[in-house]
Amino acid sequence: MTINPDQPISFSRLHRLQWEEAQQKHVILYPEGMVELNQSSAAILQMCDGTRKLAEIVSDLENQFAATGLHNDISAFLEVALSNGWIQQH
Amino acid sequence: MAGYNNTNITPPRWLLAELTYACPLQCPYCSNPLDYAKYKTELSTDDWKRVFSQARQLGAVQLGLSGGEPLTRQDLPELVKHARDLGYYTNLITSGYGMDEAKIMQLKDAGLDHIQVSIQASSQELNDHIAGTASFEHKKQVAHLVKKHGYPMVLCVVIHRENIHQMPEILAMAEELGADYLELANTQYYGWAHTNRDLLLPTKEQFAEAEAIAQAFKEKVAGKMKIYYVVPDFYEDRPKACMNGWGTTFLTIAPDGVALPCHSARELPGLDCPNVNDDSIADIWYESKAFNFFRGYEWMQEPCRSCDEKEKDFGGCRCQAYLLTGDMHNTDPVCSKSPKHEVITQAINSAKATALAADEKPLLFRNSKNSKAFY
Repeated sequence: MTINPDQPISFSRLHRLQWEEAQQKHVILYPEGMVELNQSSAAILQMCDGTRKLAEIVSDLENQFAATGLHNDISAFLEVALSNGWIQQH
Repeated sequence: MAGYNNTNITPPRWLLAELTYACPLQCPYCSNPLDYAKYKTELSTDDWKRVFSQARQLGAVQLGLSGGEPLTRQDLPELVKHARDLGYYTNLITSGYGMDEAKIMQLKDAGLDHIQVSIQASSQELNDHIAGTASFEHKKQVAHLVKKHGYPMVLCVVIHRENIHQMPEILAMAEELGADYLELANTQYYGWAHTNRDLLLPTKEQFAEAEAIAQAFKEKVAGKMKIYYVVPDFYEDRPKACMNGWGTTFLTIAPDGVALPCHSARELPGLDCPNVNDDSIADIWYESKAFNFFRGYEWMQEPCRSCDEKEKDFGGCRCQAYLLTGDMHNTDPVCSKSPKHEVITQAINSAKATALAADEKPLLFRNSKNSKAFY
């Protein structure tokens, strides 16, 4: 599955992204399951609010972390997220 | 956890709240204890709220609302709301019996995250026979309503000898109902299923055929529907890593408040399982005899003790070791390294002989009348 650069990306309504105090990390929750996220994965998914497209997510994160050249890493992670059903485009 | 010295103990992640043993269905593979009818008391609404709060504080995040049939609890929406406010992901595990659209909307408003509906078979006749109640059409209607109101829909079908031949129709039904997840749960032989095993355990050939059909379907619906396939451990070489290890992840609270490291542990002798009426969840999880009983590897006997796979499967299931070998410390006999492995072969042969016999005995259905014979 590939990310369509012309469509905004939203987080799946069948999953929940949440900060877990006890684990000191973000997790994705879904029926009878949980995925633990590292800091950068959580930051990317938090950008998937249904308004931003891929390029905007990249530029916003590059601003947030004062970094450049993040496009490939972010795009690769979002493809994994899409194939896992954590995000959607339509 | 402050105040608790043993830093090797991981906090609970999964809380299974068995809200009640009451159920309008009579499935002969029910995981409730055979003598469930003798436990008449149920925790109050406030008790459950306290349990949810305490377990959440320790780190539990997945909450299963189960039973029995949890819809028989009139306070279900109130409990869901409390759990959701605490940040749990709330899973309602129901037969669908007693559910209607108003209730589905009420639970949605309360914050329920997901509904798992069980269906017993792909045909009305067999579903209603296994469930012991006319319920098939209603269940399908509930599945539609679950989807309509935006819940992820998980369809659960328990697989055994009476319905395993319906695998293609079961998969087609899941697709037609628009399930987001399909749980194909090969029967685990505890409680009522253990008693009915000769009548429920399929042959190895039946398993292989059904599994191949399910596998092909899984590839076909990849990206649309997720399949959870609960393996039939009698036909495996190694035991399941039961409960992800004793007292590491799972906490079950029975209707009367007894805290269990797994939902079958009530059958094990001498654990002195604690009760939430007497102790806090933190005391139960970190300090109680029952939850520490099979933690780590010290309790193991051979061949587990020196086995290089013990960190992978934790010696398998304690309840299965107890039910099939009489000693809960033994290696799960499913393991081909177990010196008692022949009990599995015997169970398979006995089921096969029963299937071929002309005068097959009837299933023992899970109801209060039958339960009373066990206490």
